[in-house]
Amino acid sequence: MGHTLIEKIIGNKVGHEVKPGDIVTVDVDWCMIDDIMAPFAIQKFEEMGFDKVYDPNKIVFIYDHFLPATQVDDSRHFRIADEFADKHGLKNVHRTDGICHQLMTEAGYVKPGDIAFGTDSHTVTYGCVGAFSTGIGYTEMAGILGTGQLWVKVPETIKVEIDGTLSGNVTSKDIILKIIGDLTASGATYQAIEFTGSTVDAMSVASRMTMANMSVEAGAKCGLFAPDEKTCDYCKIPYDDKVKALFGDNDAEYSKILRYRAEDFVPVCACPSLVDNIKPVSELKGTKVNQVFLGSCTNGRLEDLRTAATILKGKHVAPFVKMIVTPASRKVYRQALADGTLGILSDAGAIITTPGCGLCCGRGGGILSDDEVVVSTNNRNFLGRMGTSKVKIYLASPATAAATAIAGEIVEA
Amino acid sequence: MGKVFRFHKDVDTDQIIASQYLLFPTIDEMKDHTFESLNSDFASQVKPGDFVVADENFGCGSSREQAPSVLKALGVKAVIAKSFARIFYRNSINIGMPVIVSKELYDVVKDGDEMELDLQAGVITVDGKQYSCTKLPAKMQEILDAGGLLASLNQ
Repeated sequence: MGHTLIEKIIGNKVGHEVKPGDIVTVDVDWCMIDDIMAPFAIQKFEEMGFDKVYDPNKIVFIYDHFLPATQVDDSRHFRIADEFADKHGLKNVHRTDGICHQLMTEAGYVKPGDIAFGTDSHTVTYGCVGAFSTGIGYTEMAGILGTGQLWVKVPETIKVEIDGTLSGNVTSKDIILKIIGDLTASGATYQAIEFTGSTVDAMSVASRMTMANMSVEAGAKCGLFAPDEKTCDYCKIPYDDKVKALFGDNDAEYSKILRYRAEDFVPVCACPSLVDNIKPVSELKGTKVNQVFLGSCTNGRLEDLRTAATILKGKHVAPFVKMIVTPASRKVYRQALADGTLGILSDAGAIITTPGCGLCCGRGGGILSDDEVVVSTNNRNFLGRMGTSKVKIYLASPATAAATAIAGEIVEA
Repeated sequence: MGKVFRFHKDVDTDQIIASQYLLFPTIDEMKDHTFESLNSDFASQVKPGDFVVADENFGCGSSREQAPSVLKALGVKAVIAKSFARIFYRNSINIGMPVIVSKELYDVVKDGDEMELDLQAGVITVDGKQYSCTKLPAKMQEILDAGGLLASLNQ
């Protein structure tokens, strides 16, 4: 019998065949630690009595949630992490380069077939290049920093097959929101999701990132795409036999198979305050908004900004709407600056911020108050996430967000 | 005996401890804000030995270990839910806080009920009636018995 993609990735790593339910100890290729969790992981590492890290080259520190600092105590996190990086000779420290999940593949760390763990739940994003990556707590991270290993249970896999051509105003965000709605917020708990089909093959790596990123919102342990030539171009590696072998076999055993026709997808939103409360945008028409947010590790890439710019070009954001745009990384920022995208967005009345996580987690600017409505391209509409617990957060695609900003109410692009 | 605090399905980690409190240097300083958006009296009312009982998918969302940590710091003896999100589940074991799956308990208890838990036997007693709950996989039970991952690695 064949193997699913996650079985192949873990099996390659441990050197023998694995099946769902097996508990195996894996060597870890990459550890990602963000600025919120760094002091906690470091404290646990020291309490565990380790005096050196397993490999300074495999540990990546990324400051993004608290950047630029908005509260006096934030800089304490940077200081503690800096001291640790100095002491242990860590070279991979990104202090102002962008959002962790964007950088882990963009800056050349995670490659197809790798195993990575991070102190943030959206670590699942690197599944976009066919890597097994998932979020863990800081105590577990401290254990890896000292030992280089972690025990994992080989998950079952849900296969999602999407074939056909998407219509113009539908993006990979609409697809993943629809799938989360169908699976529910707990429907993929403990499981891997494997995305396949001609629609997926035609997608950019950036679009795949959006879907891998949100697979955790259905509870998944990881969301995987088999690497192809586009993946290898993005990762700057050869498209060789090793990479070509990373796909789910046709005769592999899946816990569930979901099949979709691309033509059936429509623009959707996740409505307050659950990620699986999915409604077509057409049914929400007329919902007035106070703010629109375009950015985050879900939708802050160049293609997302360009999609919005195409819609906003020559138009203006509604007078009572604050539109905030956060490129996912410095690289994205520079590219969007160079090709005129940021200029178009700014001319249309958007506020452009520095790359980071602040808005998405209610920690740095753009905070909303009771009964305000925000349409946001990020990944979570949890109660209280972007301000008070009475803020209404609608999750949407960059296209829907841009059209909504112009109209001042939720509309299709 | 401990008191039951009952929560709905899909309680996420932002609701357990919101991100604006994660900059506090210690769990002790964070714990007063536990469940703030759902029940602002929770932190002042919960007593050591009390229980959190929830519907499906408790602890979904972020990987913040502070979520089980604030519950443990407030003295919550165990969280019993129909199901758990995976990172919350692993984190709880790693910090030495029991997380127990019971498919029936949520439907039979009310807020404020008195209940008793026998972890070794896997038995919950509420109002004189007994309910069985699932035991942990051996790997996790070892870590929990040791008092968490830190204590387990130090053994």
